[in-house]
Amino acid sequence: MKPAPFVYHAPRTLDEALAALGEVGHDGKILAGGQSLIPMLSMRLATPAHLIDINGVAGLDTIEVADGYVRVGACVRHAQLERSEEAYAALPLLRQALRNVAHPAIRNRGTTVGSIAHADAAGEMPSVAVLTDAVMEVCGPAGSREIAAGDFFTGPLETTLGADELVTAVRFGRFPSNTSTGFVESARRSGDYAVAGVALALTSGDGAISAARASFVSVTDVPDVLDLTEVLSGATAEDVAARADGVIEAVRAHVTPESDIHASADYRRMLAAELTRRLIAEVISR
Amino acid sequence: MSELFPVSVSVNGVAHGASVPARRLLSDFLRHDLRLTGTHVGCEHGVCGACTVLLDGAPVRSCLMFAVQAAGHEITTVEGCGTIEAMGPVQQALTESHGLQCGFCTPGFITTITAYLRENPEPTAEEAREAISGNLCRCTGYQNIVKSVLRAAEIIRGTDAEAGDRQEAPA
Amino acid sequence: MTTRQFGAPVQRREDPRLVTGNGRYLDDLGHTAYEAAFVRSPHAHARIVDIDVTEALDTPGLVGIWTHEDLEGPVGEHLPVLIPHPALIAPRTGRALAKDEVNHVGEAIVFVVAEDRYAAEDAAAKIRVDYEFLPAVVGVEKSRAATELVHDDVPGNVSAHLLQEVGDLDAAMAGAPHRLSLDLSIERSASIPMEGKGVYAKWDSDAEHLTLWSSTQTSTGVRAAVATRLGLPLAKVDCITPDVGGGFGSKIMHPWPEEVLVPWAAMILGHDVKWTEDRREHFISSTHERGQLQQVEVGFDDEGRVLALDVKFWHDNGAYTPYGIIVPIITATQLLGPYKPGTYRVEFWSLYTNTVLVTPYRGAGRPQGVFAMERTMDAIADHLGIDRAEVRSRNFILPEEMPYDHGLMFQDGRPLKYDSGDFPASLAKLKALVGWDDFAAYREEAEKHGRRVGLGIGCYVEGTGVGPYEGAHIVIETSGRVNVATGLTTQGQGHQTAFAQIVADELGVPLESVHVTTGDTRKMAYAVGTFASRAAVMSGNAVALAARNARAKALKIAADALEVSADDLEIEDGVISVTGAPDTRMDIGMTAVLSNPLRYAFDEAAKAATQFAGTFDPDKPPVADDEEPGLEGKDFYSPTQATFANGMHAAVVETDPVTAEIRILRYCVIHDCGTMINPMIVEGQVHGGVAQGVGGALYERMVYDESGQLLNASFMDFLMPYASEVPHVETDHLETPSPLNPLGIKGAGEAGTIPGSAVIASAIEDAEGFPITRMPISPVELWELRQRHERGEIPSLRRAHSTTTE
Repeated sequence: MKPAPFVYHAPRTLDEALAALGEVGHDGKILAGGQSLIPMLSMRLATPAHLIDINGVAGLDTIEVADGYVRVGACVRHAQLERSEEAYAALPLLRQALRNVAHPAIRNRGTTVGSIAHADAAGEMPSVAVLTDAVMEVCGPAGSREIAAGDFFTGPLETTLGADELVTAVRFGRFPSNTSTGFVESARRSGDYAVAGVALALTSGDGAISAARASFVSVTDVPDVLDLTEVLSGATAEDVAARADGVIEAVRAHVTPESDIHASADYRRMLAAELTRRLIAEVISR
Repeated sequence: MSELFPVSVSVNGVAHGASVPARRLLSDFLRHDLRLTGTHVGCEHGVCGACTVLLDGAPVRSCLMFAVQAAGHEITTVEGCGTIEAMGPVQQALTESHGLQCGFCTPGFITTITAYLRENPEPTAEEAREAISGNLCRCTGYQNIVKSVLRAAEIIRGTDAEAGDRQEAPA
Repeated sequence: MTTRQFGAPVQRREDPRLVTGNGRYLDDLGHTAYEAAFVRSPHAHARIVDIDVTEALDTPGLVGIWTHEDLEGPVGEHLPVLIPHPALIAPRTGRALAKDEVNHVGEAIVFVVAEDRYAAEDAAAKIRVDYEFLPAVVGVEKSRAATELVHDDVPGNVSAHLLQEVGDLDAAMAGAPHRLSLDLSIERSASIPMEGKGVYAKWDSDAEHLTLWSSTQTSTGVRAAVATRLGLPLAKVDCITPDVGGGFGSKIMHPWPEEVLVPWAAMILGHDVKWTEDRREHFISSTHERGQLQQVEVGFDDEGRVLALDVKFWHDNGAYTPYGIIVPIITATQLLGPYKPGTYRVEFWSLYTNTVLVTPYRGAGRPQGVFAMERTMDAIADHLGIDRAEVRSRNFILPEEMPYDHGLMFQDGRPLKYDSGDFPASLAKLKALVGWDDFAAYREEAEKHGRRVGLGIGCYVEGTGVGPYEGAHIVIETSGRVNVATGLTTQGQGHQTAFAQIVADELGVPLESVHVTTGDTRKMAYAVGTFASRAAVMSGNAVALAARNARAKALKIAADALEVSADDLEIEDGVISVTGAPDTRMDIGMTAVLSNPLRYAFDEAAKAATQFAGTFDPDKPPVADDEEPGLEGKDFYSPTQATFANGMHAAVVETDPVTAEIRILRYCVIHDCGTMINPMIVEGQVHGGVAQGVGGALYERMVYDESGQLLNASFMDFLMPYASEVPHVETDHLETPSPLNPLGIKGAGEAGTIPGSAVIASAIEDAEGFPITRMPISPVELWELRQRHERGEIPSLRRAHSTTTE
């Protein structure tokens, strides 16, 4: 299990990176954290002719917390974001979800933006991206553009990103101040890809839920948001249990899981619904 | 042959240099170019953790990095965690607690635990178990590795209390 | 008084090396060797039509490419049937490289050597093989149906059929007041050591000598097999086992195709060659185990005593049978565990499938046998409404019935005769440890909180320390250093410590002065290997016997020199002295000096052995007729039969009422392996064994699709447990010495693994209230079983409690 040969590009600036990307196009792959890419290279499941290593590109490793968002650069490691107290204070969901991304050694190297660009439906951070209405900052030969998370994912490992484009940062939207979030997933072993997972944001007013949104891991083709506001509106910690059937029904109708060697589609559907029910109960009672 | 890249890297505080192809995995570079064979390769897809080294102090899988990417960084391998004559605290604890059998996975545990205890000097048994949950071991059933984490923490703290004080209790 | 080392939890002497990166495993050797890679079959069953290497020939760094037609003589012939057996009616083995046909995904077809592994893989990727597809036979059921054949000339896909019967089963069954039938299944798993296989060969053309290093469990076996294949005199081949990163059975299989081809290429090329197996190769070309379908019919009386036990099972042996039928024989015999059924009949069919071959994996057929027996015990208990532990105890062989002969032939071709064991005492300890009698109250309390819990139990007996023999050679140097060589290999069991403990005690020398070498044919050419929990029993006793010989010689020399009777001498801390007169003394190193009459003094101490030193009697030859120079001891231990260890496990599990996720809350082990050399090491073996048992029960399986593709050939999808999945193990020991060997030792290596699936199935069944008959079990499978149970497709247990009957 050794990677096939490739031409290695180590740009130092964004312009150099884009130039290299423009040159090689579909024959090239961006190397950021490499924690998903390198195993595929070693197994020779992917044999790109060129690798463009953006780790040396200046200015991509910063986290910026602003009023409306947390902006994460393309080379920010999961661990860096997970540990950021500023990011946690602004958007606790980031840390809540990041703790479920593989194991710490992988998080020390893997990048949050890279895992979103990789668009694996079993990834945690794509589901966080959609739940936070994140915006992808994208650079390409034609200049820069922004893609809303909802428009970004088109299928398993597929996005609307052009072959000559690079996601330079992701802006995760912050929730209103009276919003509580949570993230839970169930994997066969700790650190494995989830059998099912759910990210949740509950907004309350006067002790009752006023808005509720969820997104999922491993049970939808592309990460998208399920609005549970109608089901949960007005529920309180004391009486939310009575909404369980509605929640379960809504989740079951929303998800589109597939069977694989670890679990059947039916099981994943059940699990996604049950995890959501439990997470709502937990988040609302905080 | 493919293009060679000069790689200068500090490993265990010693400057090393070699010219290698871009695709040379860091694990192979350490083992076969620098001949630091303490870092082991168990899966080459980042799951087992045997090849874990510290990159600027943080544990990473050396099979999931290219050697060229390590240029300019500080790497610590198991060889940098102590010697036979002067074992480091984690090495000493593993030896005292029978925390290894075949020893193949052990270097990855040592680097992982070393970094963990720097940030979490007083773990509970439960935390110790979680701390090693990203590394596979096929021999020990992990119980004595958990014990070793607790014992290493004691050695580092300089307390001479028996590791038994903080033994794991069944769930 | 010298501290007794035997029985003490001595820290391992190998550890300082291993924890500091100073271990030397196979791939740590041969940095300048050429490296090998293989083109392996991507198809489970196909004819090879054409192999085109043209495109690969200009690969930078390529050294050579070989296909079967390039192999000459024995190198290309079928690999040996290692363990022939009369019931193995249709043995088939593969070749170093496939000729004409492949029978499993992963079978080696083309051998590539290059300057490094990267280049070898580059070349391998460019080689084109054309195949004509043949139907793949995957799984026991498909093989048993035999609508398609794995080997054209093996009808019914049956490699072996064996029936053993004790007593008149049909009569006993007919007369039994109660009868039950069980259909059971265990899936494939595998050893999966952290280090894969590997071989490194060095051909010395000046000396015409081949040295190979292999990550093997038998260096003598590899040496003999390779010498034969390559047409070399045995004297011109040595095999050294470096540090080995775990074996668990998979590395006892030999010779691997790579073990033949790598040294062959080293000779042809005149250059060192190495092959280091990668993880994907390991999954698809190293051996698996476990897969069986079982049918049990049991007749029993009102008290739950088994009158008749009739077992049929179908064993998946994979594509080839080089290791014979050891695994199903063990299942058939060790199934009986601590029990004495009135009559017993067992019949098995070993079946070919187009999957990786099957050879022993830790437990070696016992986990399946114990699963069958223990599921049966639980079924009897439930049928009669008797406590599960009680039913077991009513069927126990009692201590006063030892030795107990089952009347069957065991895996070593010798009678299945238990030497010792106290099963009632083990059960009493287990019940106390797990709180068996308090569990009902615990369950009631848990149920009040909506939790679902269950208690499971599993008992086993394990024949350990099978022959034919192991030996030891001890050489004491003039410095007092004691070199111990035994031929079997080490892959984590702490032999350098345990054997040193034995020798230190037997000789009366400090532990630090004893140095143990294993698995090196240069040091000990006669040996069998490390498998079947035999190392401590076999080599442990061999080193003790050899040490006693060396001790006798040292005492004789000292007695002569000190002019006292050897009977009056003792050895402590390496000093020989007269009992009661400690000033009359001599270091053991000095006896080594005197043991070797010299002409040339090489150091100060050696002067005492030279010809003018006046040390020797001028009327006698310097070396007596019945003596040899040197202070050495050599001996072999060869028992008449295996010794039988036993144990009992209990587990408490919790199953999530909605998601069916399964959590082990407690795991308790009572373990009896006779006298323990090093209880710390034994405990470690138990922990590790349990982890593999738990893995086999809840996580690990080989998922083949219908076409014979292994769908989970990576650590991402083969779910070897992390620390987060393995329970804390609570242990207690019983030490019932074996009367069969001088040290009273029984084997301990496999024990922890054996009852895993039986115990966890028992506990889940107890939690759920319906029978569990297939293992391993995942949450989704349990969830689906619940649905079938709710639909009435699976009956409730008779004892089913409130959670499942509401």
